[in-house]
Amino acid sequence: MNLLLKTLIAAVLAFSASMTLADEFERSLVIENHRFDPVELRVPAGKKIKLMVENKDTTPEEFESHDLNREKVVPPKSRVSIFIGPLKAGRYAFMGEFHADLANGTVIAED
Amino acid sequence: MIAAAIIVFREVLEAALLIGIMAAAVSSMPRARVWITAGVVGGVIGSVVVAGLADLIAQAVDGAGQELLNATVLGLAVLMLGWHNIWMSRHGRQLSQQAQQVAQSVSSGHAELSAVALVVCLTVLREGSETALFLYGISTGNQLALHELIAGAVLGLGSGAAAGVILYFGLVRIPVGQLFRITSALLLLVAAGMAAQMARLLAQANLIEIGTQSVWDTSWLLSMDSRTGNLLHMLVGYEARPSAMQVAFYFTTIGLILCGMRITQRMSGASPSRRSSASGPARVPRPSQAHIL
Repeated sequence: MNLLLKTLIAAVLAFSASMTLADEFERSLVIENHRFDPVELRVPAGKKIKLMVENKDTTPEEFESHDLNREKVVPPKSRVSIFIGPLKAGRYAFMGEFHADLANGTVIAED
Repeated sequence: MIAAAIIVFREVLEAALLIGIMAAAVSSMPRARVWITAGVVGGVIGSVVVAGLADLIAQAVDGAGQELLNATVLGLAVLMLGWHNIWMSRHGRQLSQQAQQVAQSVSSGHAELSAVALVVCLTVLREGSETALFLYGISTGNQLALHELIAGAVLGLGSGAAAGVILYFGLVRIPVGQLFRITSALLLLVAAGMAAQMARLLAQANLIEIGTQSVWDTSWLLSMDSRTGNLLHMLVGYEARPSAMQVAFYFTTIGLILCGMRITQRMSGASPSRRSSASGPARVPRPSQAHIL
């Protein structure tokens, strides 16, 4: 009984560890002069992605994407995280709502 | 200037439409305008404070501060909208039958109006803080002369508010009995849409880890970027690519509020069926209703 419990706990721990290791991909995105860098961000399809968005400008920006169903303010000179996906393979447009004429980019999810 | 006006308009519109609906719903109650105005003022003050603390909030709780704050604001608004609908399902008919006197004698009238004021305040807070941040960003960015910025903000604010006012006057022309049914139905969907937004925010901060994948995509049919898509998003919570959790939050909210409305209707002895409401005015109030009066 005790052994069974220990095995079960070990299995759950191993499973959760594998989930966090395998399922979390981190990608960085920089906002500078109201533009995104990189403009095209390649990510694996079917995985959850932690998007680290750094705003190097002195003005706030709002990361917005209807395709990704995400919206978050990025204060000046700071870094925020945005979790996206898991995504099907395809192209997902995003923009900086406060400078929509300049700040545009695409997430490309690939198998 | 026009670009600034458009962004301000978009932020203001959502709040203005909700305020228009809520103000119409309580229009027959005394001092309703005072409460609504108090909600707007509170929300404006709150949004300036939140915008000022944006940096601090963004860094709080491991970077999930913004999502947690917004999700809490939305959650509170959903609760208050639910309370409002349940309250109206019990008292709406009394309001429509004897209007003013009843509203004054309904002891929970104050609670109802303060719930409405809180929803207004929370909505203005949410949309207003983004607007304040945006305007702050432009004013420090030197991209626009100050007078142009102010003109853009005023134009956006004015046209957004005008949409809310038009909706309000459109709604209050509807006979009071039907008005409650319409505003309750609208607010039920607004609440469900807010709950879905909550699910999105929690997934964005990785506080919900399951059901984050989108379950369908109707952007080919109605894009979120289109005017109709945007308006439906504000009013009924339309999403072109909702996640499973968003769909679950949406329908659970509708289910729970409808249950609450049915139960209070039963308890107060008012039949929800259309036939009895048609004969309503001629009916003698049952004892259970009389004690409320």
